[in-house]
Amino acid sequence: MKMERILFGDNQFFAVNHISDEKSMAQSIRFKEDAAIIKTLDHAMEAGIQTFMCTTHDRIANICEVIRQQPEKYKDFKIYPCMPYAHKYANAVTELGIMGTIKQYVPGNFFGSLFKGGVAFLSKDFLSIMELLIDAEMKMFKGINTPVIFLQNVVTDLLLGLGMKDVLVSYHDYVKKKYNAEAGFITMNMPALLNMLEEGGVKNPIICASINKVGFRMSGGKELYEETLRTRQFRAIAMQVLAGGAVSPKEAIEYVCGLPNIESILFGASSRTNINDTVSLIHKYDQVFTTTP
Amino acid sequence: MVKVGLIGAGKMGISHLAILGAHPDAEVVGVCDTSKMVIEALEKYSPFPCFTDYKKMLQQSKPDAVVVAVPTKYHASMVKELLQMGIHVFVEKPFCLRPEEGVELIQLAKSRNLVNQVGYHNKFVGTFEEVKRLLKAGAIGDIYHFMGQAYGPVVIKPKQDTWRSNPEEGGGCLMDYASHVIDLINYLLSPVQSVQSSSLKSIFSKQVDDAVYAMMSLQNGVSGILSVNWSDETHRKMTTSVSINGTKGKIVSDANELKVYFKDAACPAGYSRGWNVKYVTDLTAPVDYYLRGEEYSAQMDHFIKAIQGKVPNEVNSFESAAKTDNAIALIRKAQQ
Repeated sequence: MKMERILFGDNQFFAVNHISDEKSMAQSIRFKEDAAIIKTLDHAMEAGIQTFMCTTHDRIANICEVIRQQPEKYKDFKIYPCMPYAHKYANAVTELGIMGTIKQYVPGNFFGSLFKGGVAFLSKDFLSIMELLIDAEMKMFKGINTPVIFLQNVVTDLLLGLGMKDVLVSYHDYVKKKYNAEAGFITMNMPALLNMLEEGGVKNPIICASINKVGFRMSGGKELYEETLRTRQFRAIAMQVLAGGAVSPKEAIEYVCGLPNIESILFGASSRTNINDTVSLIHKYDQVFTTTP
Repeated sequence: MVKVGLIGAGKMGISHLAILGAHPDAEVVGVCDTSKMVIEALEKYSPFPCFTDYKKMLQQSKPDAVVVAVPTKYHASMVKELLQMGIHVFVEKPFCLRPEEGVELIQLAKSRNLVNQVGYHNKFVGTFEEVKRLLKAGAIGDIYHFMGQAYGPVVIKPKQDTWRSNPEEGGGCLMDYASHVIDLINYLLSPVQSVQSSSLKSIFSKQVDDAVYAMMSLQNGVSGILSVNWSDETHRKMTTSVSINGTKGKIVSDANELKVYFKDAACPAGYSRGWNVKYVTDLTAPVDYYLRGEEYSAQMDHFIKAIQGKVPNEVNSFESAAKTDNAIALIRKAQQ
């Protein structure tokens, strides 16, 4: 399964702005109603984008409901879920601690049944806990086409730093087995992550990473990223191509379209004009780089 | 290779552990936590040697340096023990529950020539570093007022308790959240000297404060306002900002965006009269491993480099963090 060239992101819907808290608040006001999100998704679809890559934010459940209600309109529409919505857990950990958070978010009476089986059983079954958390996050997407399921960068990169290769691999395997989907990994440390996934036997992984002209959030350096794209086998998605606004859209897209081995480009925008402009730029530079030898 | 141990694998501890795990000059020789579940997970899936008793870890792993990320009430005794063993220490913020505890630790670290650092990561944020540079150069003239703020959605409804909701253990918005802003004011402008009035409000918590508002004066005579609230869900995550008024201009900065206003054309290179906007993307040095923000990797890198003698042990020393402890005590005392 090949991913579409252009994927539509969701940061703008949830007040995620990497450079301005004021813009965050403005977005939060603009997208207060779900209808505003749907309208923007419509603009993206009109521009030819059929894939929405989104975090497992509570509000996405409402969007999924709208999609399920109009099967004809959304028949070619795909969602790439990105889990978990990390702030939900991070704030919960500050308040409840790690155990308290697991108690709060692991569904059903999992803990009850585990405690019945004894603490020893609990301590050995972390991967089952992970699987239950994945299932809980995936619930909202029931009946929707989700061919790639991503692990958010804060979790991917945490596991990378902790050297927890087996957990990354287990995520990959579980997503395939249970959801018949490809696993994707979002990261700010693409070269190091690719090394670890390959060591774990994951071949040709889908990796979504910050890739931009100024080297923003490209840990290990821009040169290493470019070399990795040139010489290694993986399916790259470029995100943060505008580097939070540090590069002009034209320059940004020209750079990314000129790189080898980028299967998809992820971007988010609020207005129809910005969506159309970005899509046209990508088409324009894709044309340039396929026709020039 | 610097051999590093970690005590306390909670939210901050785990993050430090991942950063250390990825650091090319650090070798994690031991991780310790009292939670059996956390330790067993680390034991099973990470390459790090794990312990539930930190004394055992110190004995067996013999670390050169230790990162302490346990509840604040244990900081003083644990850090003292480590320093007495000749171990370099990075301890999470706030430094100590009571200012007097810090005095001995500062002396001890000094006399033993040990690297000492506290986890006030804002000093490694590009925008705030630029604010410091501008202020040092006197770019906005004589400072006459500041406003330090932080807001976030930590406690947004009545909930069950952890150590962070126990005032005896260093919980509450003043210790946990406001300390970041106070430390930033201490660093950017001058240490807090007196607090005219303060109000600590419980919004959803039963035992601790969820918001802190204070009027305070600094050692350099500048006065200003502190406004911090961790029960504010209009912010997606913690947002820390400072606004500083001077006779020649004004600085407004958070961790993402720096806005500077200059009254006239006599301003530093790269700036001009009127409003100037710079983004953290332009002001932040890249890191080798990124987890939650460049600043977390940068502060740990600074600690490792200080131990290696590559940089001076100046940023976030025990001494500077003790001034923040002192200000926290003053704010508590000034409650109306």
